[in-house]
Amino acid sequence: MASMRTAGTLPRPGLWRRLLGILRYRGHEGQWSWMLHRAAGLGIILFLYLHIFDIWLIGLGEETFNDFLFLYSHPVFKMFETFLIFGVLFHAVNGARIILVDLVPGMTRHQRKLVYIETAVMLIVLVPTIWVTLESLFR
Amino acid sequence: MDVHLKVRRFNPERDTEPWWGEYTVEAEPDDTVLTALNIVKWYHDGTLAVRRSCNHGVCGSDALRINGQNRLACKTILKDVGKHVTVEPIGGLPVLKDLIVDMVPFFDSYRAVSPFLINDETPGERERLQSPEERERFDDSTKCILCAACTTSCPSFLANDQFIGPASIVQAHRFMFDSRDRGAAERLEVLNDGDGVWRCRTIFNCTEACPRGIEVTRRIGEVKKALLFNKVR
Repeated sequence: MASMRTAGTLPRPGLWRRLLGILRYRGHEGQWSWMLHRAAGLGIILFLYLHIFDIWLIGLGEETFNDFLFLYSHPVFKMFETFLIFGVLFHAVNGARIILVDLVPGMTRHQRKLVYIETAVMLIVLVPTIWVTLESLFR
Repeated sequence: MDVHLKVRRFNPERDTEPWWGEYTVEAEPDDTVLTALNIVKWYHDGTLAVRRSCNHGVCGSDALRINGQNRLACKTILKDVGKHVTVEPIGGLPVLKDLIVDMVPFFDSYRAVSPFLINDETPGERERLQSPEERERFDDSTKCILCAACTTSCPSFLANDQFIGPASIVQAHRFMFDSRDRGAAERLEVLNDGDGVWRCRTIFNCTEACPRGIEVTRRIGEVKKALLFNKVR
């Protein structure tokens, strides 16, 4: 082993390769929901920056603000709005599941079932909400 | 049956990048992945480096990433993984050669939680007695064989190798929840560190990877609760 070590080891890969390495690991529901949780959190933060920006526009006058608001009724943005609803809802419901499992360790045995319940709750809330959001596009 | 093996190879004296070696071997459906790797090493390419010892799922030497998931090669039956098997070293630890990783960082984390009974009280004239219920409390975490399958399946560890990792938390659990032990406070101090138990994101890869069937995420949850409520039960 000593001679092997002097010959050197494969260096630890950089951040991007490490992240790709995580994607290559074949985890199950837990790993996928964790990735989606991170992506949703990032999406919500990005939206918050946009939101802070549009509120800041009020300071430049009513007209500028109103001009900018057309963005939110644009069909493309309506599509983004459905992503936002999905992101906020998923982050909330998934976060509640993680808190439950962390506080009641016995729930770990039912973790798969909890993910399916979570998915069902998501669908029940998401489908009507997205319909209400996109309805104006079809009118 | 013919089994097609795709093995991640790396020779530090020759290669700058790892590469895939492909081998077709004749094996029985009931053979293990370790048997298939032995056939490669003994009859196809003697330079293949793989670590194994007991061949019975107890020594914990041959944890490998098989078809994308961490398992013990000696406990993985070929008919369960199919005729096309991809074998890689476990992730997050430096590769020494081919399928052999440097376990030193893993054992450093293990030592950090003082994995031994701490009690300076006089035991009296007899041994320290314990009820069957008290023994049962930490039974699950005694099963660990330190193969590192859990730690190297954990996305938190793969992203940040300073994370103490599920295996060390399970080892801390084994002693913290032992009624004879008095070292819970010092272990909890280590586990409360920024790279301690709170890096766990409840992802369950560890539980699914454990070849001993330890409920790893549950034990980590119990340690988190002990920290949160300052109470070891």
